[in-house]
Amino acid sequence: MMAMSARLFSGLLAVAAIMFVGAPILIVGAPYESTMGLIQKIFYFHVPSWIAMFLAVFICGVSSAVYLFRGKASADRLAATAAELAVLFGLMGLTTGPLWAIKAWGVWWQWDARLTMALILELIFIAYIMLRAYGGPGSEKLAAGLALFGMANVPFVYISVNVWRTIHPTTDVLPNLSASAPGMFWPIVWCFLAFLVLFGVLLMARMRLEALRARIDAIHLALEA
Amino acid sequence: MFDFERLTIDDVSRFYGRRRALSHVSLSLEQGELVGLLGPNGAGKSTLLGVLATLVSPSAGTVHYGDRTGVDGGLELRSQIGLLSHELQLYGELTARENLEFFAGLFDLSDPAARASEALERAGLTARGDDVVLGFSRGMRQRLALERALLHHPRLVLLDEPFTGLDEQSTQTLSDRLRALRDDRRIVLIATHDHDVVDGLVDRAVLIDNGRLLSLDGSDGTLRERYRSAVGSRR
Amino acid sequence: MRRFFQVAWLVMRKDLRVETRSWEMVSTTLFFAVSCVLVFSFAFVRGGRAIEGAASGILWIAVAFSGTLALGRAFERERYQDAMRALLMAPVERSAIYLGKLLGIVLLMATVEVVVVVAIVFTFRAPLFAYPGYLAALLATGTVGFATVGTLFAAMLLRTRSRGVLLPILLYPVTFPVLIAGVGGTVALMGADPNLDLARFWTALLLFFDAVFLTLALWTFEPVMTE
Repeated sequence: MMAMSARLFSGLLAVAAIMFVGAPILIVGAPYESTMGLIQKIFYFHVPSWIAMFLAVFICGVSSAVYLFRGKASADRLAATAAELAVLFGLMGLTTGPLWAIKAWGVWWQWDARLTMALILELIFIAYIMLRAYGGPGSEKLAAGLALFGMANVPFVYISVNVWRTIHPTTDVLPNLSASAPGMFWPIVWCFLAFLVLFGVLLMARMRLEALRARIDAIHLALEA
Repeated sequence: MFDFERLTIDDVSRFYGRRRALSHVSLSLEQGELVGLLGPNGAGKSTLLGVLATLVSPSAGTVHYGDRTGVDGGLELRSQIGLLSHELQLYGELTARENLEFFAGLFDLSDPAARASEALERAGLTARGDDVVLGFSRGMRQRLALERALLHHPRLVLLDEPFTGLDEQSTQTLSDRLRALRDDRRIVLIATHDHDVVDGLVDRAVLIDNGRLLSLDGSDGTLRERYRSAVGSRR
Repeated sequence: MRRFFQVAWLVMRKDLRVETRSWEMVSTTLFFAVSCVLVFSFAFVRGGRAIEGAASGILWIAVAFSGTLALGRAFERERYQDAMRALLMAPVERSAIYLGKLLGIVLLMATVEVVVVVAIVFTFRAPLFAYPGYLAALLATGTVGFATVGTLFAAMLLRTRSRGVLLPILLYPVTFPVLIAGVGGTVALMGADPNLDLARFWTALLLFFDAVFLTLALWTFEPVMTE
């Protein structure tokens, strides 16, 4: 089992490396978007970080529920891992977003619905990590409760910030660039897959760390028997 | 209504990371037994009581209350368990009677007012029934707290360090009350580090140290001596 | 079912009774809330006129801050003397205890809000009483939303280290939609051209939030309170 996942891990790591090396090539080759020029190309990393963050939030929420109601320790390890990934990819998204905004529109922050939602989720999962770090023993279950509430909150934050913005309209920071130009399709898919593979790699690495910690704890416990 | 005659702790362990709070604890308790759970601070006494009270779930092993387990016992199980914490679990701002009536209602007892009055009498606090608990001495609060825990006549009575801070008179009163419970066919488990006070009181004593259980039965020497030798030999 | 609500009622009544002995929580929370409003009024009132929309924001900030304080205190009372564990030993669905505490908190916050609204009307000369029914609905649904999450989190953190600072850290991001909706709705009610449809929308959103999170809280209370 361990040998198989070790091979899988190395394989995925290699794939991720290749994809990230290849990404700039594809991005450079992609056409420029009509209004924004070069800075728009940050979107090729910005949107996938988003998606990765949401995936992490979802995984954390679901595994937290499993841990709370079924008590499986592996679910708790997955939740802790996913929370860290959510914070990490969220940070990527929250850095690239304002960088884009400052160059494109001259302001760092525009209370865009999606960026604000990401910020709130980021805060929730930073709180998750703090709770596990500073809460003392038994805080894993409490963090699981927080993650569940955080995940349930996603639609509410989105709706409320969105409606709030329509009352105070400002320039749309993140226009929908789904199929703006045909030349953009492959780079975005490539980058999306690259981030997905990176997500998988980090997840595996972190889970392995947690599993090893659990093993060491179990050995400690067995030793003192 | 649900009831049980025997409490069986079957290879129960409880871990927190790499800290063993309880390790392979097995013990059987019958109706009409008064058992002492001795051990130094941090040994796992409170954790074991927590497990028996269904407030803490074991990492491994099962607790059997008659033919039901702790996991699927349901909330009916709690109607047969009485827990008295070290902190006594009373609301200082309320009067003795109000405390008892509140808990009687919580335990779904018919006519809470009457049950509260009975409990006050058993505690010998009828005269102070309408005084606020904040003004009570430790001994008085102890007596009240014990009756509070026994309001619903639970089969299993769990006491965590009940003798702390009591003077000799109060200790005697409490001991008598516990003996009466035992004679009433309850299962009484007292967790304490004070082996002197329970010597002669309990039918049986077990030692818990570093989460592990050890019987302290035997007729050679006082409980203190047996305890000392058991703890000493483990260092 | 009946028993569930009976226990919740008993817990709430007990909390009320304890509070009426000293009035400590009501008085300190009220004082804090009013101080909040005053401090903000220094910051946001220029030349006798309030900055546009400031009153709405300050209303909800005062509610959030004083609510957090009250939550901490309410559960400190259960922590003292380990009373919470005695409650958890009751032969009833443990979430009934949660409901009882929630009702008590909502009652306390509602009391504080009445005073805060009056204080804001005075210091900001804000037309908060223009549509009292709408404002009441907004405050009611918003308070329940905030208290629903807050009561669960405060109970959760009962035996946790650093619980004092962890409560706001956990609570504020999760109740962000409540604050947005509350402020949004209040703003819609005030001003020269009140938008009642919008106020209704925000109230409906809050109602939905309350339903979802109350269900979630009732569901998760027992697992997070037992080890």
